[in-house]
Amino acid sequence: MKYELVIGLETHVELNTKSKIFCSCGGHSAANEPNDCVCPACSGMPGMLPVMNKRVVELAVTAGLMLNCEISRYTTFDKKNYYYPDLPCAYQITQLNHPICTNGLVTLKTSEGTSEVRIKQIHMEEDAGKLVHVGKASLVDFNRTSVPLIEIVTQPDFHSAEEVLVYLNKLKTMFRSGGISECEEGAMRCDVNISVRPEGSEEFGVRSEIKNMASFEAIERAIRYEYQRHVDALEFETEELVQETRRFDDATGKTFAMRNKETEADYRYFPDANLMPIIIDDEWLEQIKAAKPVEIDEKADNYRAAGISEKEIGVLIQNHNASKLLDDVVAKGCDAKNAAGWILTDCAGIMRKNGKLIGDLEMSSDDLAAIIKMVESGDVNRMSGRKILTAVIEEGVDPVVYCKENGLDSKVDASVIESVMDRVFSENAQAIADYKSGKVKAKQALFGACMRELKNTADTAVIKEILEKKLEEI
Amino acid sequence: MNNYVVKLSDNGNIAVDDTILVKDAQSAAGSRILEGFKPLFSAEAVTRLEKAGYIMAGKTQVGEFGLDLVGEFSYYGTQEGTLTCAAANVVACGEVKAALGVDMNGATRRGAALAGVDFLKPTYGTVSRYGIISCAASGEQLGVYAPNVEGVKEVMSVIAGHDEKDGTSLKDASYTYVTDEAVSGKKVCIIKELLAKADEEVVAKVNAYADKLRASGVTVEEISWDMVDVANTAWQMLMTAETCNNVSRYDGVKYGHRAEQYKNIDELYVNSRTEGFNFLTKATILYGSDVLSKNRYDDCFGKSLKVRRVVAESFAKLMESYDAVLTPVCSKSAYEAYEIEDAFKTVFEESAFTAVANLIGVPALVSGGVQLMGKAFAESTLLSLAGSIERAGE
Repeated sequence: MKYELVIGLETHVELNTKSKIFCSCGGHSAANEPNDCVCPACSGMPGMLPVMNKRVVELAVTAGLMLNCEISRYTTFDKKNYYYPDLPCAYQITQLNHPICTNGLVTLKTSEGTSEVRIKQIHMEEDAGKLVHVGKASLVDFNRTSVPLIEIVTQPDFHSAEEVLVYLNKLKTMFRSGGISECEEGAMRCDVNISVRPEGSEEFGVRSEIKNMASFEAIERAIRYEYQRHVDALEFETEELVQETRRFDDATGKTFAMRNKETEADYRYFPDANLMPIIIDDEWLEQIKAAKPVEIDEKADNYRAAGISEKEIGVLIQNHNASKLLDDVVAKGCDAKNAAGWILTDCAGIMRKNGKLIGDLEMSSDDLAAIIKMVESGDVNRMSGRKILTAVIEEGVDPVVYCKENGLDSKVDASVIESVMDRVFSENAQAIADYKSGKVKAKQALFGACMRELKNTADTAVIKEILEKKLEEI
Repeated sequence: MNNYVVKLSDNGNIAVDDTILVKDAQSAAGSRILEGFKPLFSAEAVTRLEKAGYIMAGKTQVGEFGLDLVGEFSYYGTQEGTLTCAAANVVACGEVKAALGVDMNGATRRGAALAGVDFLKPTYGTVSRYGIISCAASGEQLGVYAPNVEGVKEVMSVIAGHDEKDGTSLKDASYTYVTDEAVSGKKVCIIKELLAKADEEVVAKVNAYADKLRASGVTVEEISWDMVDVANTAWQMLMTAETCNNVSRYDGVKYGHRAEQYKNIDELYVNSRTEGFNFLTKATILYGSDVLSKNRYDDCFGKSLKVRRVVAESFAKLMESYDAVLTPVCSKSAYEAYEIEDAFKTVFEESAFTAVANLIGVPALVSGGVQLMGKAFAESTLLSLAGSIERAGE
């Protein structure tokens, strides 16, 4: 008999916000040490009350718009009760009754063709902390408690591991490009609901839920293992399938039962009276819609039309920070292709030298636009421009002030260049002789010597022009 | 009428119930589970009073999490003989100008009535809940004990108003309270069903108060309002459920009491909580946990939320015809010490008088041993009605 795989996904995505969902602590990515980003609120002390971070609502709505969801105009929070040391209040604030987005749709392109997956809902919730086991002791780290998450719940519309992976990769690209989430390792976690039924059957088979998987590779392996386990049970009666929660073991590649339906916890959900219902009115929704980043395909087409290379486009659509900076400097009048080079080669290079990534770059688009314009207009040469950029990124200086203070202004009078060049010619008789005998490289050496004398300031195009003229005269 | 001597000194000393945080002072809500817990910050009401020049004179004892009648079941001392409320007492003997208390299930109002002082449970959302040891978030509210309405007004004017640290705080930046609105021509009703729950002495007290109001030109009528019992039952369900949830963070892991004996995390929880909570809190947790369980939710918690709406609508309708409701606060004029095993039922029955104000968030003022309730934001009407009687008695 042929069997059909049926999968529904619950995907938790950590939102890219400056602060936690109900307090002003920085997210755990801002933490260096355990319990660095913790306050009385997110460590569950009495007396503290949750206060909603508006940005979380906006990012959740943006994610919902990207996934073609209906946006709830009235949304509320509920408490989910369970005891665990990494959950300081012994309840998680989440959404059960009125989630923020419902009824979405995603189109997937796989090797089999095109398929559609319905999104049941997206809800907002807080993350839990982390336990660290040291010998016989267990230590609690609350840096991650109350970090904002959205959970995206699909209908059971996936029928292959490939579809699942295409979906997850699509979410990842979409969310990174849209600044919703960095989707780093561990910031995207999945619960996979899986069942198997005879092909053509309308009824669902017995469902197992594989909890909390962070790697796409593990998800794929777990699906394949679980599919085979279900098929074996149905075909050869190797075991009786029961509805249960399972854990995937990465080392053995097998899944193991954690708890079954009978022993499932009653989470005693109820509305959180500390948080008033959130009303999303027309005005707010329009603001969020207006700020919503353009679709990935549209974005790529725009960059392509501006002459940006495919390789650079690939980086830009994965990187919200870089593409936003590019869009901003272009809006300020810079050439897109040129600016892309500045961001992805120069800025990225300087960041890399400092052991950081382009995603961490915190530079105002005003500063970058000023530097690019100085170079484009010939006020500063390319090399000095890079020098200014380095100082802006590393020391946070003002580009215009820095340029003046360090004499990088390339408006050096042509007569000054000529006299410098005369001196260089007289000091480099050998190079002149080499040039005359046909060694083209000698010209480069003369140019370099001039630049050194001029301390890299003057406009290189002007130097080259004078150099050519003088060499012809020889 | 008042059995205390008012010593209205000019000092700015304020007593603070142990359910309210004062920075660096042990704040344990009368419970062993929070033994030694010293908060890193003060409640917003405390901070506002300190900024205005008042001095926090000390913490007053409460029953564990404010769940009992007036404060008889605290880990830090059980009462014998006739029961009293610590905060109401220090106000009554003039040791402090006023006191702050959290009104969650009526203990503060009952305490004030027994001691013969005033207590105002303000409209929900007008005073910040930031820094109170929260049990029943949807109906608890920080209120003021004072010797008279002038004292209530003075403290309320400082503490009421929007606080961004409390998501349930209403948007108005401040509120103005008056105690001298003209009362002549106002209409007050007495709820028959509540009178029936009180003994003769209490009924006589309410009737005497009604006569004094009439003497000031107020119309007082006895009416029937059939919401009393459903309101109380609904509030007990919501209150126990929310309390069960809010005290679940006290697990011995982070602060407060931790059992000495445990072999694993489950034993750490169970032993710490078994030792840390008293019988009444445990009963509340069990009741609340049941109310929230999957099988009972719709019939208990869910229905209570609907009842809350129905009661609120019915009360609003009543307030179209009347300016205030006059009721007893307790079924009798004094409580004697009793066994904690009887506490859950005893408090449940007594809170019939106080539950409506918690359930639907309306203001309630205790003065002269009786209670005046009004519609939301009608504090000034209540203060003026009580004020006219207090002033006449001087």
